[in-house]
Amino acid sequence: MILFDQVSKRYKGGNEALSNVNFHLHQGEMAFLTGHSGAGKSTLLKLIALIERTTTGNVIIGGKNLNKVSRHTLPYLRRNMGIIFQDYQLLYDRTVFDNVALPLIISGFSSSKVRKRVHAALDKVALLRFEKKYPVTLSGGEQQRVSIARAVVNKPALLLADEPTGNLDPDLSLEIMDLFMAFNQVGVTVLIASHDIPLIKQLGKRIVHLEHGQLLTADEN
Amino acid sequence: MASNSSSTENRVQLRQLRPSFSSRFKEFFIRHLQVFFYSLGLLSRTPFSTLLTAAALGIALALPAGLYVILDHAKQLSGDFDSINQISLFIKKGVSEKSISKLQKKLSTYPEIAQVKHINREDALKEFQENSGFGDALKALKDNPLPHLLIVYPSLTHNEPEQINQLLLDLKKLPDVDLVQLDIQWLQRLYAIINIAQRGILIIGSLLALAVLLIIGNTIRLAIENRRNEIVVMKLIGATDSFIRRPFLYTGFWYGLFGSLIAILLVNFSLMIISNPLAHLSSLYNNNKLFSLGLMGISSSLTLLLSGCILGLLGARMAVGKHLKEIEPK
Repeated sequence: MILFDQVSKRYKGGNEALSNVNFHLHQGEMAFLTGHSGAGKSTLLKLIALIERTTTGNVIIGGKNLNKVSRHTLPYLRRNMGIIFQDYQLLYDRTVFDNVALPLIISGFSSSKVRKRVHAALDKVALLRFEKKYPVTLSGGEQQRVSIARAVVNKPALLLADEPTGNLDPDLSLEIMDLFMAFNQVGVTVLIASHDIPLIKQLGKRIVHLEHGQLLTADEN
Repeated sequence: MASNSSSTENRVQLRQLRPSFSSRFKEFFIRHLQVFFYSLGLLSRTPFSTLLTAAALGIALALPAGLYVILDHAKQLSGDFDSINQISLFIKKGVSEKSISKLQKKLSTYPEIAQVKHINREDALKEFQENSGFGDALKALKDNPLPHLLIVYPSLTHNEPEQINQLLLDLKKLPDVDLVQLDIQWLQRLYAIINIAQRGILIIGSLLALAVLLIIGNTIRLAIENRRNEIVVMKLIGATDSFIRRPFLYTGFWYGLFGSLIAILLVNFSLMIISNPLAHLSSLYNNNKLFSLGLMGISSSLTLLLSGCILGLLGARMAVGKHLKEIEPK
């Protein structure tokens, strides 16, 4: 599903965020990406989401070499991944329902399908009763669940999360992680960047460790 | 490795994700309609600033439109004079009525001339006595001081100023003719002034159209700036450029529409203000019919609306094309 082949990323100004990373995540697999701040976790995720491009090497997602994806076809690729951020990235002038519906509207689904899917997604994160509320009125954990609902509403094959529990207390963090585990159980490939080592060790999934842009553990189970 | 099998699985899922073509086609129009009114809704959230921008656009559009309407009327006015071009031939004293009617017949055969009317000196005197108010004084005259008069109407095919000048020269050469008179100079001047005014309006119009583009472009740029976050999120969840562009383009359209509506109001209001003094002025010239300004016609109003909307879309397109590319997720 995700294949990094000798990938290096050097930002303008010279610091090498990733150097010669080889890494493979199978379809349906779930893995955690750990490392100190600045170790390259975010860069790795950004390369997958095509927010950044590799300096050298290839990233292949679902058989598609991202070096060959043009600006024009990039949106269609992103529709097949759900991306979750530490700061939720919700639209605060729209209701929970409208936030979650956005990916479906972008893809051009009919209103009836949009409603059905949004309800299903909100149901999965246990927020159906909040659909008419605005995100500001929700707690951090609830907002993160809204962003997860938005990420999965399109039924993507791949979920990416960058420090999804970074702003949450331990109980809520576990709740969020359980959600990811549940999506993984129904076949979604999940890659989560997190530095909450105690939490992720508890979950028993593969852990990929990055340090100074280099991959230390790349065991494929 | 396993990438082959995983990619086919992935594609199977991809197909499930996509709505059908007909659904997407239908949704495309529904979404357009929704965005059309959504952008209107966004504008109505900030009615005051929307009104200010629309008023600025309205003034910029009203100026050339108003000038155009006035010029259009002036042109019609000069058109009216075209048809009443006439040349007066004052006949020398002592020329017999017989040779005058011969001359009249001869002139009638000229291709440049449509019609020749003879005004008898006796008739002219009578008319003068009746109309001038000097009737009694004139009766005291022994002799009729007025000459015979031939009025020549140039044919419509020979109505251009140069052709009329040539005809004047020809008529002056006639032996029986004392004086040839045509008040054409002021008409030529009017033509020249209208020509200059037309160019002037073209220049003012182009400059103000540019101003409209810039106003709308800048307004849209600010709107984009205000919604930078939203654009980033949309891009992250797979919105195409055209999807993100759409509400801004419609916003530009609405600004153009409101601006031109305000312009139509301004122009008609100004016309109403001018029309009374203008009617008074033309009544002083003893001619009520000639110069009256009505309201803007339907076709010029529609032209103004259409140009407003097109300028709005264009200005928005320019701003969006330039600024959306700069906003990328980081």
